[in-house]
Amino acid sequence: MKEEIVIAGFGGQGVLSMGKILAYSGLMEDKEVTWMPSYGPEQRGGTANVTVILSDTRISSPVLNTYDVAVVLNQQSLDKFADKVKPGGVLIYDNYGIHTPSTRTDIRIYKIEAMEATFELKNAKAFNMIVLGALLKVKPMVSVESVLKALKKTLPERHHHLIPMNEEALRIGMSLIKE
Amino acid sequence: MEEVRLMKGNEALAHAAIRYGADGYFGYPITPQSEVLEVLEEQRPWETTGMVVLQAESELAAINMVYGGAACGKVVFTSSSSPGISLMQEGISYIAASEVPALIVNVMRGGPGLGTIHPSQADYFQAVKGGGHGDYHLIVLAPSSVQEMCDFMWLGWDLAFKYRTPAMLLADGLVGQMMEKVVLPEPRPRRTEEQVRLQCPWAINGRKDMRKRNVVTSLELVDEIMEQNNLRFQRTYREIEKNEVRYEAINTDGCDYLFVAFGSMARICQKVMEMAEEEGIKIGLLRPITLWPFPAEQIKEAAKGAKGIMVVELSAGQMIEDVKLAVECNVEVKHYGRLGGIVPTPEEVLDALKNQFAIVK
Amino acid sequence: MEDKHMDVQDIIKPENRVYKKPALLNDTHMHYCPGCSHGVVHKLVAEVIEEMGAAEIAIGIAPVGCAVFAYNYIDVDWIEAPHGRAPALATAAKRLQPDKLVFTYQGDGDMAAIGTAESLHAANRGENIAMIFINNAIYGMTGGQMAPTTLLGMKTSTTPYGRRADLNGYPLAITGLMAQLDGTCYVTRQSVETPAAVRKAKAAIRKAFENSMHGKGTSVVEIVSTCNSGWKMTPADANKWMEENMFKKYPIGDLKNE
Repeated sequence: MKEEIVIAGFGGQGVLSMGKILAYSGLMEDKEVTWMPSYGPEQRGGTANVTVILSDTRISSPVLNTYDVAVVLNQQSLDKFADKVKPGGVLIYDNYGIHTPSTRTDIRIYKIEAMEATFELKNAKAFNMIVLGALLKVKPMVSVESVLKALKKTLPERHHHLIPMNEEALRIGMSLIKE
Repeated sequence: MEEVRLMKGNEALAHAAIRYGADGYFGYPITPQSEVLEVLEEQRPWETTGMVVLQAESELAAINMVYGGAACGKVVFTSSSSPGISLMQEGISYIAASEVPALIVNVMRGGPGLGTIHPSQADYFQAVKGGGHGDYHLIVLAPSSVQEMCDFMWLGWDLAFKYRTPAMLLADGLVGQMMEKVVLPEPRPRRTEEQVRLQCPWAINGRKDMRKRNVVTSLELVDEIMEQNNLRFQRTYREIEKNEVRYEAINTDGCDYLFVAFGSMARICQKVMEMAEEEGIKIGLLRPITLWPFPAEQIKEAAKGAKGIMVVELSAGQMIEDVKLAVECNVEVKHYGRLGGIVPTPEEVLDALKNQFAIVK
Repeated sequence: MEDKHMDVQDIIKPENRVYKKPALLNDTHMHYCPGCSHGVVHKLVAEVIEEMGAAEIAIGIAPVGCAVFAYNYIDVDWIEAPHGRAPALATAAKRLQPDKLVFTYQGDGDMAAIGTAESLHAANRGENIAMIFINNAIYGMTGGQMAPTTLLGMKTSTTPYGRRADLNGYPLAITGLMAQLDGTCYVTRQSVETPAAVRKAKAAIRKAFENSMHGKGTSVVEIVSTCNSGWKMTPADANKWMEENMFKKYPIGDLKNE
């Protein structure tokens, strides 16, 4: 298998860390992984994006122009990446703040209400895990167990009590996908 | 069992340094490599291995701290990005002239001037042709993965100490900021003073047992002696050229076209090769690992029978000069590059190859 | 009884010796001009290291300037630094080898012009080093150009009509700045134009070296000096001129002693 994914949104939405957890989850399953962020001042308030590749074989370029999956969390990102999804690929977007969705018909498009779910959960920090849950429902490229293992590995010990909350967020995200 | 970790290139090199038994790091923050200092400060190696970590007041101070440490026979390094490396050139020239080993990491960003913070390879000339004043060379290693960011730290120091000359890791913002799997080497202890005295009898560590004093200097006002010093440097460089050329060749046998690319661009070229294969275009890649000494013979060999070479660089065309020299005009050599922090997509590079060599499929 | 005049053989008997070259001052002919303060300060540094029994741990960092060849004269380990960077080299040498005695030997250009940042920051970090600072208000090695410490009105090859504040700025009393830094423990201004001054200067150097070995922070010993060649005076006139003019701007004495 090989999945080429871009995740894009505002800085502060947890785009880079969501990519990091996804990459780490791939590592838990002995996959080859790369995580390539846009870096610099745009991380602080502007748009941010990260390319994550999971593969069973050696990964060549960490930089891509087309993707199997695009997860976009604001209008600018949707405008930028919707056309870069490979035909037959997947576009997932959060409905919050999107006024002009993609009109493509050759890809699978999923609108999710992750921000709404975040409000219900009263935990803004769960947003990116909800989105990740939705992504894994559409494309089960790594197991939930691997994600939890990755969290355990990457979070400092003092934050391990947050893992159940993250698991719940993942499940909520999965429930947002309705075929 | 060895542990596989996920890390940025910048993080990996910091961990690699601690595990090598490095004695000191001296640096000044600059994007896109500030993680090196941040990781070292966070790791607090002074409490475990005794390694010194110091945020200097400038790149000028940092490189001269490295000079001071290197003169003491210590395992020391600095890291910076293009504008900071320009500031360090004075010190690098002194280190080369004093024949002391040191490691300098350049995580390149777009220039000239303050430029951009995004990836570039436009410091190639500066790194391989000297950079500072005088007739000298650095051993220049070009990592193209996070694992190599780690491994080349060790290789860089090994070579620097073997030849008593500064070595440079010439990476770029892409390799520095990217996260990949990495297996860190087993930690080694720092050398004791006795070991330093044995391995580096020239080191500045005091006249223990009233041994003859040591002086580390780059100054020699007697021209005849200075010429002899220079000839000695040149003999070292010839030895390095003879022994230390490193490269990776992928699918070069019987290829129609040959890519020559280093660092992050070699990664992108491999993607282009995968795409081209589907279209029936056979491309090989020769990736110089040592940019100096340059794998000229190997490029010449790999290009035999090829219809053309394309040098892909994040610059207006720097390494292409060395590639042209290597093939002595026997093969057509083209160039593709993006400037100012832009990284080309694989599609773009493939199109460029097709256009420049008028490949019709 | 025959007349008991001492002959040469008597004079050189060890028990009759009242003055000797320090063992750590080697036999290389110094390139300094007759009358220059450097020779005296070199001797003091060599004597202090010898008397402290520190020859096996001493590391000097030489500057660019007239004292660039200090490493040829004082018989300890030396690194020759790029211009102005001696404090950076010393920082690394000391931090990587805390048991060593590390000192810089810098001129006014090195300390107060091209190396201002390195000097102030090393002192501000409180590096456990001693900095010997020769202030002769002129660039001797390159042929007598203006130094940061050149006095107003003083003629140099780059201020041929005298230093003017409006054109060249003011003389910089850098040790005054260094005394204000939390990292310094001892900042003093001395001179070596009389035997009494030489004795005081030697005590200051000893104190600075001992401070560095006791981990007290940075010590700075400024030696207000002459450059009779650059000043175009006889050595005696240069000493007099220094006392009458240099001491007004750079008064002798401790600026800080903690």
